[in-house]
Amino acid sequence: MSMTNPLARARGHGSARSGVHHWFAQRASAVLLIFLVAWLIYAAFALAGADHAEARAFLGQPANAAAAILLVVALLYHAMLGLQVVIEDYVHQPAAEIVLHFLVRAGAWFGMALGIIQLLKIALGA
Amino acid sequence: MNSTKRPISPFMIGPHYRPQLTSVLSITHRATGVLLSVVGAPLMLWWIAAVAGGPQSYQSVVAFFDHWFGTLVLAACLASLSYHLFNGIRHLIWDSGRALDLRSAYTGGWLVLIATAVLTAILLGILT
Repeated sequence: MSMTNPLARARGHGSARSGVHHWFAQRASAVLLIFLVAWLIYAAFALAGADHAEARAFLGQPANAAAAILLVVALLYHAMLGLQVVIEDYVHQPAAEIVLHFLVRAGAWFGMALGIIQLLKIALGA
Repeated sequence: MNSTKRPISPFMIGPHYRPQLTSVLSITHRATGVLLSVVGAPLMLWWIAAVAGGPQSYQSVVAFFDHWFGTLVLAACLASLSYHLFNGIRHLIWDSGRALDLRSAYTGGWLVLIATAVLTAILLGILT
């Protein structure tokens, strides 16, 4: 039996109150993506066989531009969280693991920035 | 005992465990997620960039998807998207504490496969 004061024993070892953050963020982004993928399917119907001018006009509409930006951000965020878990589960070589985690995060944030810039460029007619 | 030599999931399926609908759909959810992350998302960004880039860059993307290899990649992405969407909804239902019994796991699994086949066929039909 430990004679340590319970508070002293708990301090620094207990829940950091962030244990479910990753789990919850994965689900929250999944729910959001159900709606955004529904929009993507609608976009596929609207843009099937479209030429450049039609595609540009479609993505240039504010509601579609907003949906597309949200889709890019939510999709890459969800992908980042998912790939993180896959790496944690299957890659057990520390150096490779750190490099892969970095590449996934860097790739996701870069993709988000790139997608937002391109979609704003279309929406603002630049 | 060398712990690094022990078989780990999902590589248990096949040599150690008989493949079942439940376990195969489970690992397929991951596999399709990885494919969508590594291939699907970059393709979508490439298409968006091509729209922003002008008629010429847009035409090169259209040409890629018209090529048999591009069509194959597109088909794989659309099938993965459909599957991950429907199986993801199945997972969210489980997360709510519902349909966790064995019978529901199989019923839901078959429903996901049917819905995936239908949506994939529809999307491929309109896009190719």
